Amino acid sequence: MAKIWVDDKWYEVGADQSLLEACLELGFDLPYFCWHPALGSVGACRQCAVKQYRDEKDTRGRLVMSCMTPASEGARISIKDADAASFRAGVVEGLMQNHPHDCPVCDEGGECHLQDMTVMTGHNYRQTTYPKRTFRNQNLGPLINHEMNRCIQCYRCVRYYREYAGGRDLDAFASRNQVFFGRHQEGTLQNEFAGNLVEICPTGVFTDKTLKKHYTRKWDLQMAPSVCVHCGLGCNTTAAERYGSLRRILNRYNGHVNGYFLCDRGRFGYEFVRGEQRIKQTLARQDGKLKPLPKAKAIEQLGRVLPGNQKVIGIGSPRASLEANFALRTLVGPERFFSGMSDQGSHLVSLMEEILRQGPARTPSLSEIEISDAVLVLGEDVTNVAPRIALALRQSVRQQPMEFTDKLKIPRWLDHAVREAIQDVKGPLFIAAPSATRLDDAATATYRAAPDDLARLGFAIAHALDPQAPDVPDLAAGARSLAEQIAAALKSAKRPLVISGPSSSSAAVIEAAANVARGLAKAGQAVGLAFTMPEANSLGANLMGGGDLSAAFKAVEEGRADTVIILENDLYLKAPAAAVDRFLDAARHVIAIDYLSTPTVAKSELALPAGAFAESDGTLVSSEGRAQRFFQAYIPKDDIQQSWRWLIEMMRAAGRSEAESWSTLDDVIAALAQGISALAKITEAAPSAKFRKLGEKIARAPNRYSGRTSMLANINVSEPKPPDDPDSALAFSMEGYQEHPPPSLTPFFWAPGWNSIQSLNKFQSEIKGPLRGGDPGVRLIEPPETANGSFFSSVPKPFAARPEEWLLVPLYHIFGSEELSRQAPAVAELAPKPYLAVNSEDAAHLQVQAGDQIEVNLAGTAHRLPVAIHPDLPKGIAGFPAGVVSLEGTGLLAWSKLSRL
Amino acid sequence: MEKVLTKDLQPGGMPLDLKGYEKAGGYQGLRKALKMTPKEVVEVIKNSGLRGRGGAGFPTGMKWSFVPTGKDAPHPKYLCANADEMEPGTFKDRLLMESTPHQLIEGMIVAAYAIEADVAYIFLRGEYIVAAERLRKALAEAYENNCLGKNILGSGYNLDMHLHLSGGRYMCGEETGLLNALEGKRANPRTKPPFPQTSGLFGKPTIVQNVETLCNIHHIVNNGPDWFKGLSKSDDGGTKIYGASGKVKRPGLWELPMGTTIREILEEHAGGMKEGLKFRGLLPGGASTDFLVEEHLDVKMDFNEVQKAGSRMGTGTMVVLDDRTCPVGMVHNLEHFFAQESCGWCTPCWSGLSWAEKMLKGLEEGQGQESDLDRLAFVCRFAAPGNTFCALAPGAVEPLQSALKYFREDFERHVREKRCPWR
Repeated sequence: MAKIWVDDKWYEVGADQSLLEACLELGFDLPYFCWHPALGSVGACRQCAVKQYRDEKDTRGRLVMSCMTPASEGARISIKDADAASFRAGVVEGLMQNHPHDCPVCDEGGECHLQDMTVMTGHNYRQTTYPKRTFRNQNLGPLINHEMNRCIQCYRCVRYYREYAGGRDLDAFASRNQVFFGRHQEGTLQNEFAGNLVEICPTGVFTDKTLKKHYTRKWDLQMAPSVCVHCGLGCNTTAAERYGSLRRILNRYNGHVNGYFLCDRGRFGYEFVRGEQRIKQTLARQDGKLKPLPKAKAIEQLGRVLPGNQKVIGIGSPRASLEANFALRTLVGPERFFSGMSDQGSHLVSLMEEILRQGPARTPSLSEIEISDAVLVLGEDVTNVAPRIALALRQSVRQQPMEFTDKLKIPRWLDHAVREAIQDVKGPLFIAAPSATRLDDAATATYRAAPDDLARLGFAIAHALDPQAPDVPDLAAGARSLAEQIAAALKSAKRPLVISGPSSSSAAVIEAAANVARGLAKAGQAVGLAFTMPEANSLGANLMGGGDLSAAFKAVEEGRADTVIILENDLYLKAPAAAVDRFLDAARHVIAIDYLSTPTVAKSELALPAGAFAESDGTLVSSEGRAQRFFQAYIPKDDIQQSWRWLIEMMRAAGRSEAESWSTLDDVIAALAQGISALAKITEAAPSAKFRKLGEKIARAPNRYSGRTSMLANINVSEPKPPDDPDSALAFSMEGYQEHPPPSLTPFFWAPGWNSIQSLNKFQSEIKGPLRGGDPGVRLIEPPETANGSFFSSVPKPFAARPEEWLLVPLYHIFGSEELSRQAPAVAELAPKPYLAVNSEDAAHLQVQAGDQIEVNLAGTAHRLPVAIHPDLPKGIAGFPAGVVSLEGTGLLAWSKLSRL
Repeated sequence: MEKVLTKDLQPGGMPLDLKGYEKAGGYQGLRKALKMTPKEVVEVIKNSGLRGRGGAGFPTGMKWSFVPTGKDAPHPKYLCANADEMEPGTFKDRLLMESTPHQLIEGMIVAAYAIEADVAYIFLRGEYIVAAERLRKALAEAYENNCLGKNILGSGYNLDMHLHLSGGRYMCGEETGLLNALEGKRANPRTKPPFPQTSGLFGKPTIVQNVETLCNIHHIVNNGPDWFKGLSKSDDGGTKIYGASGKVKRPGLWELPMGTTIREILEEHAGGMKEGLKFRGLLPGGASTDFLVEEHLDVKMDFNEVQKAGSRMGTGTMVVLDDRTCPVGMVHNLEHFFAQESCGWCTPCWSGLSWAEKMLKGLEEGQGQESDLDRLAFVCRFAAPGNTFCALAPGAVEPLQSALKYFREDFERHVREKRCPWR
C-alpha cells in the first residue's frame, strides 16, 4: 500500500500501480486513451496528465502523465489543477482536429470512449478551419468494419493486436498526423482475437460488422448477462436484443475467466440465433413431413404419448443447460436418462472429471493460466478448440522474462519498457499436437506426432519428473531428450501448467497429462491441470450422469424403450449415421427439443422450438468446473420457449407430480441442487429471482433506452406492460435498479459519464481485478487437500504407420468445427472448405496433389474429399476438418484406406 | 589555437587512410586505452568534463558510469554512434565522418572498451553516401589491422563494428528512436526510464553517443583531462565545431575553443552578413533551438551560457536570419519539417505541430487571423517539455515560441495585411 495525496486529500492505494490506475480505482474521473488495463501504460496520448508536486511546499508542480508515473508513497497530485485541466482539454482538441465529428452515423456513438472523454475534458468547439486528413478504408473481412478517419492515433489497436494477441497483419503505417492503422493490403484479419478491436478501439475505427447488419445503439439494447456456448471455457458475455432479435455479443468482464477479451467465435458466433436454421414453431410429422402444429395441439399429442409410458428415455445434451438436462432427467427418471455425449466423448469427459476430482492438480481459471510460468500443451490445438486459452498462453510466456525486468526495476505496467527489455525472449511453452498449431510461434519447442506418440511423450515427461511414474520403453532419443527438457522447465517453474483434453481422441493422452501433473504435484509444486471440454456444458452433463449413446441405442434395440426425447442434440454429430438412423427408425416416438433444425430434428415426429442461449436462463459448467448462470436477454417470439419449460409442460402432460411444484427456474435449480450433490453449489452461481436491490429488480435496458414508448406505437399508443420475468431478478425494462447490480446479474456496464465499455473501471474492486462483489461463477471441483491415487500406467505402444491405411485424425478450426457458430454467416464465411490432409511424402505415395479428390472408406461408407497437403502432419496420419467434414461421428480415431480418384 | 578534431583535415577533404592516420598520431589513444582498465577510461572521461555534442550536453563520463559492468552484466552490450545528422542547419558530423573516418572509429573503439561493449553500430544518415563509403573503407582497414575484431591489438578485447544506413527519419536521431529503428521497428521513442544504459538495443545495456563526442574520446585518453579542459574558454571542456549558415559571407564550420562568443563566430569566422543585409536573429544550435537576437551576440557558445540567454547551444551550428527573409516563412518552413518528421506517437507532437504548420501556412497565404497567434502560442505551451513523450516537439516549437516573442510584429503584419509582406 502507498499513501498518496490527490487534490489535498490523502488516500491509501495499492502498491505497484500507476497514478492513473490508482485514481481510477479511487473513483476519480481521469480521462485516458492509450492506456488500457490489460495493455498497460505507454504514454502516447498524453490525455491523463495531472499536476504533480514534489512535496507540500511545492506550489508550482509540473505536469506528469499519470499513466507513466508510479503511485509511490507520498506522491502528491492534483487532477483539478487548472493547467492540468486545460492541457487535457487541449489534448482532446488536438485529437479532434482531424476527427470527422460523424457521431450520428457512427456505430460507436453512444458507447464511445472518445465522446465520453471529450465531454469529460470540457472541449467543445473546434477552433481550426483547415482541412482534415482523410484515409482510404479497408475491407478487413466479415467481422470487423474499418473507418480510419475517426482514428485518434492512440495505438491501442496495434498494441493489442500485435503485442498482446500475437497477430501480424495489422500495423501502423506512415507517420505524423497520418498514421494509418490497417493491413498491408485489404483482406480478412487473420488473428482469432481480432474482434476485441471493437472494444479496444476507443472510437469508431474498428466496429462490429455483424452488428452493422442489424444495427442498434447501446442505449436501445436490452441486455442480459450470458455465457458463451461456443466452447467449454465459459467466457462471460453480454447478449443484447432489440425488437425481439439478438443484435450482438459483447465481452462481459470476469476477472477469473475471460477478463477483457473474447475470441472471434464467441463474439461473432451468435448469429446462429437469428439464422435460417431456427425452428420457431412447434412442428409435427404430418404425411411424412414436419409441419407447424399449434402448440396446444402438440401438448395434447404429448398427453397421448407420455402418460403411463414406461418406455420413455431421454437423451440430454452437453450444450444444454443443467436445468434443461435435469428437467429431462426428472421426466424420464435417472436410469432412463442418457447424457447425450458420444461414447468416446462420454468416456473421455468422465476420465477428465475423475482426474480433476481426485487431484492432486487443480484446474486453473483462465486468469491463472495467464500467469503460469511454464506450460505443456499435450494433444490440443487450443487456438482452435478453446481459443481464449491461446490468448492467455500468449501472456503466460511473458511471466519468466518479466522476472528479469522486475530486477531492472521496470514496473510491469510500464508496458513498452517491459517489452523493449524482454524483446523476443519467451518463457517455456511446449506444444505437442498432431499438427502445427497457431500458437507454435510462441512455443519453446513443438512436437508433432500421432496421438499415441503424444501420450508417450507425456508419460516420458512424467517419468523424468518422478521415477515412480511408468517409463516409456523404446522411446526415440529425440523424444526422450525433449521430455527431459520439458520436465526440467516445468520442474523449475513456480506456477507450472499442463493443458490437455479430448481433441486427440485419446484417453492415453489425457492420462499422460495427468501423470505429468501428478509428478509435479508430488515434487511439491502448485501445478495446474486444465482440460478443454468438447462443448459448453460437457462437464456439467457429465456431473449430471447418465449413460452414453450406445446405451441409449441398446435400450431401443432391445425393446426396453420406444419413445425418445432428445434435448438440444444432433445425434448425427455423435455417432455413425447408420447407427443413428437405426435408432431413430426403431423408436416409435421421437420428440426433439432444439433451436436449430438439425438432421436429428428432421427425423422426429414432434419438434419443439427451444430458446437459444440468449432466450433462455440456465447454468453451464465450464471446463474449469465453474458453474455460471446465463439469463434471457429477451423473451423469444412464436412458439419458442426455454427447453426446461417445454420439459415441465411434458411432465405435466405425463402427469408427473414434480410439475406441480416447478414453475420457475429457481424451482428447477432447487430440485437440482438437492437431487445431485455434485451440483449442489450451483445455487450460489447467481442470486435467485427473489433478489432485489433497493427494492427493485435489475433493469436489462439502460436509462437512456429510447423509443420504449414508441416501439409498438404503430399498433397501439398505450404502452403495454413489460413482460414479467419470474425466473430472474432482472426486469425486461429500463425501469429498475441501474447502478451496481451483483456481478452475476450485471446486464451491461455503464456509469455516469462512462457510456463505453471502459466504464468497467467503475465496477471492479481493483483495476484488472475482480468485479465488486466477486467474479461470477462458483467452482464445483476442488481437489482434496491430500490427494491419493497413483500414476496411470498403461503406456501405449509407439504409433506405427501402416502401409496402405491412414489414421484419421480430426483437425480443429475455430471457425467451422463448432456446431452452433458455423450456422452464423460471418463465421461460416471463414470456415475452411472440406479437405483431407496428408503430408507431402504420403501425398507422393498416394500419387495425389493438393485439390485432387480422394476417397475415404469408413464403416462401409465412402466419403470423397479434396486433398490438402499439410507438410507438418506425421507420416501415416490423415487429418480432416472437424465439424466441417462429418466422418461417422467425428472424434473417432479410425484407420482408413485412401484411394485416389 | 590548438585544433583537435580537425587537425588532420587534408586539403580537398579526402581522408587519411589508416597508415596516414597512424602516422599523424592516430590509434595512439586506443593503444593507451587498451593498457588501462575500462574503469580508468571512464574516470578519465568523467574528469575531462566532456559533454555530449548532440545537443543535450549530458556529461559523457557520467552516462557511461550507468552501464552495468562486471561478471553479472548482461551481454552483448552495445555502443551506437548517432550519426543520423538530420537537424536542419547542422553538418558538423558530416565533415568529421567524410574527412576523418578513422577518428570516429578510434573514438568508438575506446568508448566501447570503456563500457565493455561487444558490438558497435554507426547509425548513419542515409543520405550521407560519401561518409558511408569512406567509413566502410576505414572499417575494413581497421579490421585488417586488428583495430577491430577479435583480440584487438593483442589486448584480449573483442569488438565488432557495423555501419547502418538510416531509412531517413529525423526521429532516428532521438537516441531511443534510433534504437527502435536499428531493431527494425518504427522509430518511435522509448519510455525512459529505463535508460538505454541499462535497457537499450535489443534490451541490452547500450550507449548512444553523438559523432563529435566520440571523436573526442581517444584524444582525451591520450592527452589527459586537464589538457582537454585547457582547450576551452568556458566551464565546458574541449573544442567545439561551430557552424553558420544563412545569408552570411562565409557559411561554414570552424573548430574553436568551447565558449567562443556568437559575435566572434558570426563576424570573424563567418564574415558577417552579406552586403546589404542586416542581422535579425539566429538559431544558435540547429533548427530546434530558440532564436537569439542582437542583444545576445556576446553570449559565449557553451551549454550553460546559451541556456541562460534563453536558448540552447544544441549542435552549435547556427542558422542566421537576415532582414530580407520573412521570419514567419522561415518558421513555417521549419514547422513543416518538424510536423512531417513527427513519428505520430504523442498527441501534442503529431497533432500540435501539424496544427501549427497549417496556421503558419495560413498566415503566409494571407488567411491568418488574430486569434491564430494565441493558438500558435497555445501549441508552444502544449508541446512544452514534459508534455510530450520525447524532445522532438519541445525542440520543434522553440523557434516558433521565440519568433512569436522577438518577431511578433511580423506575425501581426501578416494578419493585418492578409499577405506575406516579403512577397
